[in-house]
Amino acid sequence: MSDTIIELVNLTKMYESFTAVNHLNLTIRKGEIFGLLGPNGAGKSTTILMMLGLTDPTTGSVHVCGINSTSNPVEVKRRVGYLPEDVGFYDNRSGFENLMYTARLNSIPDKEAAQRAEQLLIKVGLGDALKKKTGKYSRGMRQRLGLADVLIKNPEVIILDEPTSGVDPKGVREFLELIVELSRDEGLTVLFASHNLHQVQQVCDRVGIFVNGRLLGEGNIHTLAQQLFKDHPYVVEATLAQNASDGKVSNYTVDWMKHVLQPIEGIKTISLNNDVFQIESSRNATAEIAKAIVESGVTLNYLNKKEYGLDEIYYQYFEGGENHG
Amino acid sequence: MKFITNTLKEAKIMDNQMAQNLPLTEPRSNSNTMRIVPQWFGNENGVKHPFWVIVQKEISDHVRSWRFIILIAIIALTCIGSMYTALANIGHAMKASDVQNSFFFLKLFTVSDGTMPSFFVFISFLGPLLGISLGFDAINSEHNRGTLSRVLAQPIHRDYLINAKFTGALFVISVMFFALGFLVMGLGLITIGIPPTAEEFWRIVFFILLSIFYVAFWLNLSILFSVRFRQPATAALAGIAIWLFLTVFYPLIVSLIMKALAPSQMEMASPLQMLHLDELRITLMRILPNQLFSDATTTLLMPTVRSLGPLTMEQVYGTIPGPLPLGQSLLIVWPQVTGLVAATITCFVLSYVSFMKKEIRSR
Repeated sequence: MSDTIIELVNLTKMYESFTAVNHLNLTIRKGEIFGLLGPNGAGKSTTILMMLGLTDPTTGSVHVCGINSTSNPVEVKRRVGYLPEDVGFYDNRSGFENLMYTARLNSIPDKEAAQRAEQLLIKVGLGDALKKKTGKYSRGMRQRLGLADVLIKNPEVIILDEPTSGVDPKGVREFLELIVELSRDEGLTVLFASHNLHQVQQVCDRVGIFVNGRLLGEGNIHTLAQQLFKDHPYVVEATLAQNASDGKVSNYTVDWMKHVLQPIEGIKTISLNNDVFQIESSRNATAEIAKAIVESGVTLNYLNKKEYGLDEIYYQYFEGGENHG
Repeated sequence: MKFITNTLKEAKIMDNQMAQNLPLTEPRSNSNTMRIVPQWFGNENGVKHPFWVIVQKEISDHVRSWRFIILIAIIALTCIGSMYTALANIGHAMKASDVQNSFFFLKLFTVSDGTMPSFFVFISFLGPLLGISLGFDAINSEHNRGTLSRVLAQPIHRDYLINAKFTGALFVISVMFFALGFLVMGLGLITIGIPPTAEEFWRIVFFILLSIFYVAFWLNLSILFSVRFRQPATAALAGIAIWLFLTVFYPLIVSLIMKALAPSQMEMASPLQMLHLDELRITLMRILPNQLFSDATTTLLMPTVRSLGPLTMEQVYGTIPGPLPLGQSLLIVWPQVTGLVAATITCFVLSYVSFMKKEIRSR
C-alpha cells in the first residue's frame, strides 16, 4: 500500500447556482500516473485550481502532500508543478530566460538554476532552441518548454491540464513517453487531465472519469470496464463465409442462427447487421457458440468476443452522465 | 564562567544537530533539500525574495519595451523644448529689484513665453499618459498570454504579482523623473551659470516627488482597469477616457454649475456670498487630481504663492510681500499631497481587492 499524496474529501465548488464540482472524493497515491478523464467543462480544471489553492472550494477539503491547499497554498505550490492548459510564456524572452524566471520565483540559486534549466531543456528536446525567443516557438515546443518549466522546481507532483491539445501526433507521442519516463525514473506522481481517452489509456495507471462535476468511476481500465458492464451481457460477433455453391446464402438469417444456437444455455438475443451476427449471452459462451456454428456445417469466418475498451467506457459513462445530469 | 561556555557549546552543538537533522525531517525523496524562502531583501547566496524577482522582471520589461522608449522620447523632447523657452525668456523674468530673484533657479521650471508650456505644465499633461501607458496591460496581458496561471502556480502569494507590478512601474517612473529633473537642473546650471541654493534644490526634489505621486495615481487607475477589463485596449481607452473627462469636461461642468449659481448682475451679491461661491468652485475643482497637482506644484515652485484659496484684504493687510520658506510652502500643499496619495491608495486598494477575488483560469 503506497502513501496517499493527493486527497480530496467531499469537494464541492459552486458558481452561484451552477455546481462545477460535486462532492468529489478522490485519492491519488504516490508515484502513480492518474488520468482525470472527462469532457470539456466537466470541472477538471476547477478541481485542479482547488488543488493548487488558486480557487477556494465551497465545501470539502483538499490535501496535497499532506498540506491543506486552501489554507496553505504556497507550501503546496512549492511541491507541485502545474502545467496549465494552453500555457503561455514571455514571448520576448528566450526559453532559457523563461525557465530562469520560474527558478528564481522558486528561490533556486542562479548557478544551480542555470544548470538545471539547461539539462531540462536538453531533456525535453529543446537543446537547440535554448536561446530562441519563445514567441517563435511552435505549439509543441511551447508545451515541452512547459514541462521543463514544471520540472525546474523539482516537484513531487506534476499536474498537467490538457497538455497535448493542439500538438501534432508525433509531438504527443514524444510528450507522453517523456511523462512515463519521468514518472518511472524520478518517482513523480502525475495527474493527467484530458478529454482524450486514447492518450489517457496509453499512459495512465489509474483513471477517474469525471462528468458534470462528479466522479463516475475510478480504477484501472479493466476494473472500470467490469464495474460498468457487470449487468451487460457478453457479446460475441460472428461472420460466416458466404458459400454460394452451397445454396444456403439466403438461409443465414437470425432465425437460422437461433436454431443453430438453441442447445446453448443463456443466449439472450441475436441480431444481424451488415452480415455480422451479434450474439448476446448472459455467460461466456464463446467456445460453445463457435462449436455450434462449425458443427452446423458453415464456415466460420470471424468470431470475436467483444472487449470493452476505454471508448465504450467513455461513451457509456458520458451517456449515463448526461442522462443523470 | 566555565559553566556558561559549556552551555554555550552545547547550545551550538544542538544547533548544529538541528541544522543537520532539518533535511532529514523533510519528506522529500529527491536529493535536493528544501529551499528556504530568503529574507525580504534576499540572502547572501544571491537568492532574491520572489517579490523582488518579479519587480526586477517588471522593470526590465518596461525598460526594454518600445512603449517606454517612445514615451521617454516624447518626454525628453518636451523637456528640451520647455528648457529652451525657459532659457530664452529667463532674461525677461529677471529684474534687478525683484525679490523673487532669490529663487531664480526655479524659474527654469516655470517660465514660458506663452508659445510653449513650461516644464511643470508638461509634466501635469504627460504624467497621466505615462501612468496609463505603464499600467493598462499589467494584469490582462499576463492573462491573455497565458502566463498568469503559470506564474501564480509558483510558490508565491498572489498579491506579490500586483504589488510587484506597481512597484516596478513606480520605480521606473521615479528613476525617470529624478533623472529628468536633475538633467534640467544640470543643463540650467551650465547655461545660466547660477547654482541653485539649498532651498531651491529641495523644492525641486519635492516637486519631483509630487510628480511621482501624481503619476502613481494614474498608474494605479490603469492597473485597476487592467484587472477589470480583459482586453488591454479597453483598459487603455477607459484610462484615457477618464483622463480626458477630468482634464476637459469636468472643468466645463464646474463652470456651468458656477454660472448657474452665480448671482445675476442686477442683484447685489454680498462679499460673503461671493467668497462662498468661490470656495465652492475651488472645492469642486479640487476633486481633480490634476488640480491638486498643479496647485501643489505652483506653491512649491513659486515661493511667493501664499494661499491656494481666496484671501480677504484683512488677511493680506500688513503682510510683507516676500517668498515663503520651504516649510511653510510644504504646509500649504500638505492637503493636496494627502489628497493625491489618498486617491492613489484608493485605486490601488480597489485593484488589489478585485485581483485577489479574481479567479485565475488559463486564458
